[in-house]
Amino acid sequence: MLRQEGKRRWFLVWYILPALVVYTAFMLVPIINSMRLSFFSGDGLIPNEFVGFDNYIKLFAEYPFNERFWNAFFNNIKFFVMVTLYQNILGFLMAVLLTRGLRFSAFLRKLSFIPTTLSVLVVGFLFSMIFNPVWGVFDQILRVLGLESLIRPWLGDRLTALPIVSMVVSWQFFGESIIFYTAGIDAIDDEMLEAARIDGAGFFSEIWHIILPSILPVVGIVTILIFVGDFTQFDIIYAMSTSMGNPGYSTDIFGSLFYRTAFSSPERGGWGMGMGAAVATIMFVFVFVGVGLFLIFFNRRRSKLS
Amino acid sequence: MITIHRRWARLVSYGLMVFYAAVILFPLYLMLITSLKDNRQIFTRPFAFPNPIEFGGYLRVFTVAHYGIYFKNSTVITLCALALIVFLSALASYALAKYEFRGKTAIYVYFVLGLIVPIRLGTIGILKTMIGLTLFDTIWSLVIVFVAMGIPLGVFILYDFIRMIPEELSHSARIDGCNEHMIFRRIVVPLSQPALATVAIVNFIPVWNDFWFPLILIRSNEVRPVPLATALLFGQFETNFGMVFAVLSLASLPVMTFYLLLSRYFIKGLTKGALKG
Repeated sequence: MLRQEGKRRWFLVWYILPALVVYTAFMLVPIINSMRLSFFSGDGLIPNEFVGFDNYIKLFAEYPFNERFWNAFFNNIKFFVMVTLYQNILGFLMAVLLTRGLRFSAFLRKLSFIPTTLSVLVVGFLFSMIFNPVWGVFDQILRVLGLESLIRPWLGDRLTALPIVSMVVSWQFFGESIIFYTAGIDAIDDEMLEAARIDGAGFFSEIWHIILPSILPVVGIVTILIFVGDFTQFDIIYAMSTSMGNPGYSTDIFGSLFYRTAFSSPERGGWGMGMGAAVATIMFVFVFVGVGLFLIFFNRRRSKLS
Repeated sequence: MITIHRRWARLVSYGLMVFYAAVILFPLYLMLITSLKDNRQIFTRPFAFPNPIEFGGYLRVFTVAHYGIYFKNSTVITLCALALIVFLSALASYALAKYEFRGKTAIYVYFVLGLIVPIRLGTIGILKTMIGLTLFDTIWSLVIVFVAMGIPLGVFILYDFIRMIPEELSHSARIDGCNEHMIFRRIVVPLSQPALATVAIVNFIPVWNDFWFPLILIRSNEVRPVPLATALLFGQFETNFGMVFAVLSLASLPVMTFYLLLSRYFIKGLTKGALKG
């Protein structure tokens, strides 16, 4: 019996090892490697001069690096707040609407996920055409509605570029919110909702007191997905405002900054692999701490409520 | 079931639903009809259905831009990556779900942690490794990265599913003289087929659509997958609108069709974790 146990254990290694090796070698090790490289400087692919925290000090406090870095940081925060508003809050409300047993809601739930299946790049290009000043389908719609005075170069204006990009990302991933929230709401006990209604709860008090507390874990998951997605987003910026974050870096976020810093030539904003690694490391720490805080927050709220 | 009684509430609800459906569909409609027009139609009647329907854009995408190569590359990359994700995740999940040993929970958590770790942040390390392995600028570099990217979700879905398979089945198979490999092949794999399909389907979208890793790891034209080719062609044919929209439609139609055929699996696979809490 014992010998058989021992034999069983050995075969387990062969079952787990392949997945473990690929996952470790191409996910964990590269991230650790990047962290290590962030303490080095030098030209080319392999920075070899140890510089301690110099790369970080440059990023935080030395012109022009600090200007680019903090600009990307605050843009990214704005981007995240706007996407949260559109995709998370409006997405939640739409999901509530689609779980009320209205006709066509099953169809709309299915439909809502189509944009999410597309490549972010394609969606970015598609909307850059729609907002394009030459073809300007969006401007033509405004003209039809008699709102001609609003027309402007949407993606060329510092004021409107980032909000438009946030709206496009939300358009694409709205379906993700719908799918998660409708699944969460469907799982709520009908009797609980019935009871609330008998007690005379209105629509909004029902949302606030029954639906929201019941699906808090789902709210947590959607929020974390948006958070991680937004703070590593790159494709949409590349497609709609190039990796430079046009116009004038007004749409530059962490993802595009990382790409330029690490992989672009110096004249296109490259600062070398060491600096790129430092940007990636800061992003990693930020995302990790952020996710941790969200987890703590949503768990606290849950234990308070139950 | 809940119903809204008041009439106006119903009206507002349907109004919102129609508006939402229009917001989803209009850009996609625009993309498809524009891809079937010539430049004159695109500028004079941007919203109208194409008349006559022009296939010129598509034709040029395949003849001038050799789109077939990119499509083949993406197909090979996606099929290899999905097969490996399913295979490796199934092996690991089986061992983790059906046997007791020290560190098993730690290994499971380690795998699942990958769900929130953005693999992009290791790109510099990945680039170095791929150059070291002389896989830079080959489709195999992408296959490997996508496998690493897909394993966390694969293990997450399969672990729970395989754990639910009744232990009696493997027990009686053991009495009949089956060894552990045979149990995996003859009992676990056939019974897990719906979950294995879910893993492949859910990973299909991120793998097919990924643009970041091809952008970093691929240089030569012959090994470009569809998203990288899309970016290139978009820049190259910017003024030929029909062709640009044909490129965008071609990149989207496979995934959209795939989703519409298998939407049930997508939704189940994606929301599985959310409901467990």
